[in-house]
Amino acid sequence: MLTFARQSSNRWSCWRGFNRAFVLIISLSTACCLLPTVLTGCTRIDKEANAAQAANNNTTTTPAYGDTIVEGTIGEPSVLIPMLAGDASSHNVAGLIINGLVKYDKDLSLIGDLAESWDISKDGLTITFRLRKGVRWTDGVEFTAHDVMFGYKTIIYEKTPTPYSEDFKQVKKAEAINKYTFRVTYEKPFAPALSSWGNLVVLPKHLLEGKDITKSELGRHPVGMGPYKFVKWTPGQEVVLESNPDYFEGRPYIDRYMYRIIPDPATMFLELKAGGIDWMGLTPIQYTKQTNTPYFEKNFKKYRYPAPVYTYMGLNLCLKRDKTTGQCIEKHPWFSDKRVRQAIAYAIDKQEIVDGVLFGLGSPATGSFVPNTWSYNPNVKKYEHNPEKAKQLLAEAGWKDTDGDNVLDKDGRPFEFTILTNQGNSVRINTATIIQWRLAQIGIKVKVRTLEWSTFINEFIDKRRFEAVVLGWSLGLDPDQYDIWHSSKTKEKEFNFVSYNNPEVDALLEKGRGTFDIEKRKKAYFRIQEILADELPYIFLYVPDATPVVHSRFKGIAPAPLIGMGYNIHKWYVPEDLQRHKVIP
Amino acid sequence: MGESANSLSVSPFLPLFRSFNYMTQPTLKNLFWHRFKKNRLAVIGGIIVFGLFAVSIFAPFIAPHNPDAINVKHVLESPSFSHLFGTDDLGRDILSRVIYGSRISLSVGFVAVGIATVIGIIFGALSGYYGGWFDTVIMRFVDIMLSIPTFFLILAVIAMLEPGIWNIMIVIGITSWMGVARLVRAEFLSLKEREFVLAARALGASDLRIIFRHILPNAMSPVLVSAVLGIAGAVLVESALSFLGIGVQPPTASWGNILTIGKDNIEIAWWISVFPGLAIFVTVLAYNLLGEGIRDSIDPRLKI
Amino acid sequence: MFTYLLKRLIEMIPTLIGITLISFFIIQLAPGKPTDVLADLNPKMTPEARERLEKYYNLDKPTHVQYWMWLKRVVKLDFGDSFSTDRRPVWTKIKERLSITILINSLALLLIFIIAIPIGVSSAVRPYSVYDKITTIIVFIGFAIPTFWFALLLMILFGVNLHWLPISGLKSMGYEGFSAFGKIWDKVNHLILPVTLEAFGGLAGLSRYMRSNMLEVIRQDYIMTARAKGLPETKVIYKHALRNALLPVITILGLSIPGLIGGSVIFENIFGIPGMGQLFYQAVMMRDYPVIMGVLTIGAILTLVGNLLADIGYALADPRIRAR
Repeated sequence: MLTFARQSSNRWSCWRGFNRAFVLIISLSTACCLLPTVLTGCTRIDKEANAAQAANNNTTTTPAYGDTIVEGTIGEPSVLIPMLAGDASSHNVAGLIINGLVKYDKDLSLIGDLAESWDISKDGLTITFRLRKGVRWTDGVEFTAHDVMFGYKTIIYEKTPTPYSEDFKQVKKAEAINKYTFRVTYEKPFAPALSSWGNLVVLPKHLLEGKDITKSELGRHPVGMGPYKFVKWTPGQEVVLESNPDYFEGRPYIDRYMYRIIPDPATMFLELKAGGIDWMGLTPIQYTKQTNTPYFEKNFKKYRYPAPVYTYMGLNLCLKRDKTTGQCIEKHPWFSDKRVRQAIAYAIDKQEIVDGVLFGLGSPATGSFVPNTWSYNPNVKKYEHNPEKAKQLLAEAGWKDTDGDNVLDKDGRPFEFTILTNQGNSVRINTATIIQWRLAQIGIKVKVRTLEWSTFINEFIDKRRFEAVVLGWSLGLDPDQYDIWHSSKTKEKEFNFVSYNNPEVDALLEKGRGTFDIEKRKKAYFRIQEILADELPYIFLYVPDATPVVHSRFKGIAPAPLIGMGYNIHKWYVPEDLQRHKVIP
Repeated sequence: MGESANSLSVSPFLPLFRSFNYMTQPTLKNLFWHRFKKNRLAVIGGIIVFGLFAVSIFAPFIAPHNPDAINVKHVLESPSFSHLFGTDDLGRDILSRVIYGSRISLSVGFVAVGIATVIGIIFGALSGYYGGWFDTVIMRFVDIMLSIPTFFLILAVIAMLEPGIWNIMIVIGITSWMGVARLVRAEFLSLKEREFVLAARALGASDLRIIFRHILPNAMSPVLVSAVLGIAGAVLVESALSFLGIGVQPPTASWGNILTIGKDNIEIAWWISVFPGLAIFVTVLAYNLLGEGIRDSIDPRLKI
Repeated sequence: MFTYLLKRLIEMIPTLIGITLISFFIIQLAPGKPTDVLADLNPKMTPEARERLEKYYNLDKPTHVQYWMWLKRVVKLDFGDSFSTDRRPVWTKIKERLSITILINSLALLLIFIIAIPIGVSSAVRPYSVYDKITTIIVFIGFAIPTFWFALLLMILFGVNLHWLPISGLKSMGYEGFSAFGKIWDKVNHLILPVTLEAFGGLAGLSRYMRSNMLEVIRQDYIMTARAKGLPETKVIYKHALRNALLPVITILGLSIPGLIGGSVIFENIFGIPGMGQLFYQAVMMRDYPVIMGVLTIGAILTLVGNLLADIGYALADPRIRAR
């Protein structure tokens, strides 16, 4: 269920319906809103932004229809059918066009979207969704349970090239009881079940039945029922959407939405200042150093909120794997030693990375779970910067500099390895460079190599051809991390790519996803976090904040921690006298 | 002209110093220097190139700081006495990085052009000397290589191999030999009928000996000029590749990758992009002025 | 003339084959078996898609057979489908980007010719003068200045500060509602910066070439003769010398054609122009072999055609060749 996304989105919210996927993020240096992290808190929304919002609210303006919002992005979407898309750009746009059955509200609770309500059976095995009546696809055909059924069948169909089928394979039986009732039954209790019914499985049956989904026109000319409907896609330039007047939550105020593709981050920022775009994700440097002019503060509003993402350095714990089962045959002689991993953690100064790379827009990461959610355990082992302790642990593990070349060695082999990370993300490359610098000081020689995103994932992560990687996870709001840590998930292309294997963690992960009792889940996940913090299958680095910016004429924007700002995009508006673009019909 | 036989060298750069032996007659040599000195831009170019060599060889002694030393407390600082060129986004000293970056630029320029020149000379010489079907095939191949946009070819090959300084040198080399081959071939076509060649042949010299010991030294001057100009081109290609992130890998400093960092901070930290940009500019300009100066001075037909 | 044309046409055939061979060779360069790379390229590639690919490239057959089958399709401009998630046909992807690249590059080339030839000629007339030195430095500034740096400076100046020109992209908001003239004006505005910058970068080559060419012509015997006859210097230079110095420029034009199709990756990224450079760069980075091969092949073919046209032009202009 994890997906790899090339770049993070400017907003969480547009991942409506895409509730539960983990996304391996590679934020490209600019667009990323996800870069930033959070430790101090879920409730931390930048003071500045708060003040601005307050000011905004004081000048009470009346919502008006009209105007266009232009969002800048580095990456072009690839395909606008959610289940086929692996990249954030595609999901950003598709999320505005196609809704899911359920979505997260800004207080992180699950609420109905296309589903009006649902019942969960006592044993938790059956969910019955009651769908909204009278919702129409923008081509006029009514949306029904048969569309969901069709989507479900498509996503589990083995020839559909989707990375998201895993959650849906847990379903024992799915049926469309009638036009407005859809029921799924699970084999065993599956805690993330409800949240998985986002927009991945909503497909227009009347347009796709009997056709090859990968060849369908819908990938480039989607039909949905969301707040916006598709108008035009000019390759390499922009995707244009217009408001859906029949949207079931009411016609959006902003008439047009444009997704402009600008591959260069520096250009994008200039476009923002020149009025060519209204909305983009700021890099930490832009947020802290380039946006403090009076002009900027008058015309734009910066936002800052915690996003459910973190960046880590993954160490390959396994040297040789069985091709078919993915089981580890030969452990990595260096990294499989816990003392070595802990030594590396002690050698890295996380605060230095947060200060130097994120300019304080984030916090050091202590583990794999989203801070300030119910499943997050703050009381785990932490690793302060301590090079002496690092050296001592390495010496215990047999690493000493016997030949005086300032590189540790053991059995005649020097401690040298390569960190891979993705190109174009200066935050991540700088992080790797700092790690390289710090590890050199305790006698570990590190090379850094940057790779294009898809090559990185397909050729190196999927095939396990790496020693260490600097990468990010963007997490779903359900704490189930079975796919990342369970020892059965080590086959090629599965997400436990470092081959972590701990029977106790396996058991706890199964327990955590197999019950609906939140106290039981919490206990399991707290324990998992203690184990992970001690064993360090990853060196957890930092949690960045999201730092988007929007032109100040847009009102009604109310970002919520972790959820982001796009969840209420249909309520955003520009007061009549401030409208800039007239839409020519 | 008999002297010229001694000046053969396979290295394209040795001729810089040695191939002028064929001008050992004092008048010719003096003429060259006389002309070269008169061209002040060329002299300046030569001095700069010499200076760059000195800088890159003595980088460890000149650089005020460790070029890779990170200091997040001094990020994006403008030029000052402790950091003459300012610092980058990780607090590294730009001056030191520019100094060390000169090593990359120089070595890429020389190795890449060396490879290109050797390939070009071999193909051009054989093609021009033997003519016939061999010539046709080689020249056709040159046409083919010339009809593919070079930078595309370089990108494609780099992507298949691992990025790294050696691969870059080799790839630039094997994609830029065509001009040299054409030049050498043209020289050979006119030289191979000359008396000294006919004489050597009459004396029973082997083809290889004639090609490499008799004709080639006399064909070297245009090659030398194109090599000097080619170095400028290679420096630019390397900086473009590093700029795109597929050149030299971090943390090794190259002018191209310092520029990349500079680009994202252009409005708040001009010094990150201006200094390496200036370094590239001065280097490329110096090589061009030097190359043109040599050409103008070497060409005996040019009136002064 | 006709036989000359025919000869040139026939000569193109082996070159064309050579070009396709090189493009095909690129795929064989990939580490490991090409089958591995192809099959594993995309994590979401279904077995079916994999099969299709294997069939397309006949990967089970010997290399020469693979090449032959591939060649037969390429003749029909069938380059297969892109490996990226959009799975679109390679030809479609190239087509939508080719025209803008050619437009920008031809405009830039035109500008280069208009500016560089007079610079080259006038500095050759006064070699080593202050004027010569200044123009030398200026054209080399264009050649060696980092493109993106200059581009960003101009964007800040004209786009952000003065608001005279748009910063990036190809059209403004509301383009669809503009009048025909408005549309053209909008396009022109968007093209000014990229075209000017690209031309600035290309001045050095041609102006230097023109200069040395002119220097050479000026000391030819017939110029001496013209001078000896007592013709005024301006007439000697601009009538007799210039005309002869201009001839080889036609060949240069032919040689610039790969650049026309090539387009600059850095340029297109900075200006957000969806051209061939960008397409190729993305394809290379993602190891999208069908696109890589398609662009190389099409680029080379267009170059050949361009070269042929230049040769014909040359033949028409040069009496010595025309006579053959």
